[in-house]
Amino acid sequence: MIELKVNGQPRKFDGDGDMPLLWYLRDELALTGSKFGCGMGLCGACTVHVNGEPVRSCVTPVRTVAGKDITTIEGLSANGTHPLQLAWQEHAVAQCGYCQTGQIMQAAALLKKTPKPTDQQIDAAMDRNICRCGTYTRIRAAVKEAAGVKA
Amino acid sequence: MSTFRFGVSRQAPESTSVTTRLARRAYAQYDQSVQLMDRRGFVGTVLSASALVLGVCVRPSEASAAPTAWQPSVYVGFEADGTVVIMAHRSEMGTSSRTTLPMMLADELEADWKKVRIEQALGDEKYGSQNTDGSCSVRDFGEAMHKAGATARLLFERAAAQKWGCQPADVMASQSTIVNTKTKAKLTYVELLPLVATLPVPKESELRYKTPDQYKLIGKKVPMVDERSILEGKAIYGMDAKMPGMLYAMVERPPVYGGKVKSFDNSAALQVKGVQQTVELPGFKPPHLFQQLGGVAVLGDSTWAVMQGRKKLKIEWDNGAHAGYNSVDEKKYLLDTVLKPGKVVRNRGDVEAAFAKSARTHEANYYAPLLAHAPMEPPVAVAEFKNGKVETWCSTQDPQAVQESVAAALGIKKTDVACHVTLLGGGFGRKGQPDYAVEAALLSKAVGKPVKVVWTREDDLRSGFFHTVSGMHMKAGLDADGKLNSWLFRSAFPPIASTFVPGEQYGMDVETGMGLNELPYDVPNLRSENCPAPNHVRISWLRSVAHVYHAFAIHSFLDELAVMNNTDYVSFVLKTLGPDRHIDLTKDGTKPWNNGMPVEKFPIDTGRLRRVLEMAAEKSGYGKKKATKNRALGIAAHRSFLSYIASVVEIEIDDKGKLTIPNVWTVADVGKVINPDRVVAQMEGSAVFGTSVAMMGEITAMNGRIRESNFHNYPVARMSESPRNVHVHLVPSRELSAGAGEPGVPVIAPAITNAIFAATGKRIRELPVRRTKLV
Repeated sequence: MIELKVNGQPRKFDGDGDMPLLWYLRDELALTGSKFGCGMGLCGACTVHVNGEPVRSCVTPVRTVAGKDITTIEGLSANGTHPLQLAWQEHAVAQCGYCQTGQIMQAAALLKKTPKPTDQQIDAAMDRNICRCGTYTRIRAAVKEAAGVKA
Repeated sequence: MSTFRFGVSRQAPESTSVTTRLARRAYAQYDQSVQLMDRRGFVGTVLSASALVLGVCVRPSEASAAPTAWQPSVYVGFEADGTVVIMAHRSEMGTSSRTTLPMMLADELEADWKKVRIEQALGDEKYGSQNTDGSCSVRDFGEAMHKAGATARLLFERAAAQKWGCQPADVMASQSTIVNTKTKAKLTYVELLPLVATLPVPKESELRYKTPDQYKLIGKKVPMVDERSILEGKAIYGMDAKMPGMLYAMVERPPVYGGKVKSFDNSAALQVKGVQQTVELPGFKPPHLFQQLGGVAVLGDSTWAVMQGRKKLKIEWDNGAHAGYNSVDEKKYLLDTVLKPGKVVRNRGDVEAAFAKSARTHEANYYAPLLAHAPMEPPVAVAEFKNGKVETWCSTQDPQAVQESVAAALGIKKTDVACHVTLLGGGFGRKGQPDYAVEAALLSKAVGKPVKVVWTREDDLRSGFFHTVSGMHMKAGLDADGKLNSWLFRSAFPPIASTFVPGEQYGMDVETGMGLNELPYDVPNLRSENCPAPNHVRISWLRSVAHVYHAFAIHSFLDELAVMNNTDYVSFVLKTLGPDRHIDLTKDGTKPWNNGMPVEKFPIDTGRLRRVLEMAAEKSGYGKKKATKNRALGIAAHRSFLSYIASVVEIEIDDKGKLTIPNVWTVADVGKVINPDRVVAQMEGSAVFGTSVAMMGEITAMNGRIRESNFHNYPVARMSESPRNVHVHLVPSRELSAGAGEPGVPVIAPAITNAIFAATGKRIRELPVRRTKLV
């Protein structure tokens, strides 16, 4: 039996501990905001926070997060009011939108650690997430806006 | 049913099946646009995450039926509380068609946008084409949106005038209300609904359309209706759709195109916890169309279980006719083939004679590889076969193709396939070929339960439909004064046509008509030829299609000719374009394809091409700054999807040969712009997509198998590899709206390689650039 917290709620799981966290969240808990993009930790669409750290849930076995706090996009803020979610709206970042929850989770982890990131720090963090629609310039602008750093 | 007796373009209500109406309402239960009401206010969301999932699961028969009080068109209806329901009949894959078409209708209707609910239409031919490709949603359906809106508005105006006993000229519509301009009395659309539904439908000649100064939405920045739900992780994509009692499935497909299962051992797979059964899927019968590839499916309780089970399958394949296919040989074949005459698709004058008389000639060959679409959401579909009918929830660009393909595979009627369209996590052309929905339907029929087929990234890259590989040959003759007097353009590519005609080696008009036979330059001798090439994989459309490779060759070659003349691309092309005029391809024996539109409506206008080229040069300072070995500009201007685009790309190359792109300037003349910020976004995204094409995209085959498998060996542009700034200028235009989703792509690759030449003197004639050492 694996015990963990997801978005503040205690959860128990007695299935295959090798199952990646992503599929536990999506198939078992119906938290579908974290997306499947590559299954190899290459694209970042599945990014969630484990004890505040950004991880690729598609390559993170559930057993490795026993006892830990998981935050998904659904738990990032009440009603989508995280400064990044607001900045994403302000800059109309999303196109197809599929990768954006992962992008926001990645950016949220960056800003927690580095509240005033430089361009290089934004690039280094956000380079781990792919957006095939190509919304990168707006992602960078939105991160800066949320961080209150000059564009 | 007196309330239903009118129709602008709507069919008789009786022909709208009960399933369709109910299913549509089922869809509305989880429709993301319920949040539209408080989009600005960030008040709570209407649906919790779990309710959303339930919403997806809801069966049509369980759905509560909200009454539709009046439906004057297939695209719009009104509910008793005044809610305007606008049907989004095109798929949303990021271009904002689910917002932009409804906002046109709402604006013409003078509806309060906050009281509009968008419903995604099921696949149904009554809407016209739902095939969301070809950058044509606004172009093809803008008029229908205006007409539906103007018809309903006029009826509201007439109903109010009738109630007040005044002249129709004395009333005015404003935000879901009719105002009496003399008495200042007001009647809301809700109050008028009972009366309006009894009025005779106006003739088209009676309709009055708003003038542009009266628009409240058109021409303004209107956010996508799904934006908030996307950012909260509540938007429903195909990957998120569920049906009660469904099984998950993954399919091990033949590794070689046309291969078949010889035998298989499923015993280890069935040992995996959660795996329930395996099903062998038959291969396609030629032509492959959008049929399933075949293989062995593993079905079970969760995505993870079937993912594991699939790895345990032992399959012996009959690899068939394409087992010897490899990309090295194919490249050689294509580049050899274009040295020989092909099928003439356009001819003016006599190029051979002109070459013989030219002061100088120049030849060059170009190559562009296979590409995969790699949308962030791999192909996915849920389907249930029950009582001879299929219901599917599908991430598709074309629900009618789903109906057709599923019906054909299962031997049922097209109208017995109900296709719900979810949001698409990217499409780029891939999701117009619904082989994955066919798989889900076939599997559901086999197991008697709903089935969700999930493709992995590996499936997507190895078993997809591909953007074709191409070889191109260019030869030009120049007069002593540098004027271009002759141009031969040959292109060989396994065609999309092979998807419909087995073994077809020549392009359809779609392919030859994209760049090959429509050069707009003022050259007295001009010949375009299409050389034959067989397909060894499935070939389909990718964002901007044949323009990808044709534009790369055309604009690289023009740059080469400019350099030969000791001038630059802009000066040379401005001279070569000749006077502003409309090009008549029929004079050269060519029936213009022109994206299927008449040239009278959408002429090939060299003046518009010249203007974007000049503006891009001016805005970027092209020709003013001298190129260095580390920094240079490159440019290209191209007409595609009836739009005119010029881009200047600024590149930086460090001492180790690493290339970055500080700036892109794009000038776009796409005709009349409806939702400018979304057009700008398409141009920004196109610059990134084009960067992936130019710098890194390449799918290769060895022994018939695709070698690339995931983003580590099929890289797409990440943030630091993408243009750092994309400056987009939209040319103010009163011309008809043309394409926006695709035409920003073709110019990027040649602009990048032209910039590389300016910096390094290296002429890149083969994509992707990463195959060439830059220093």
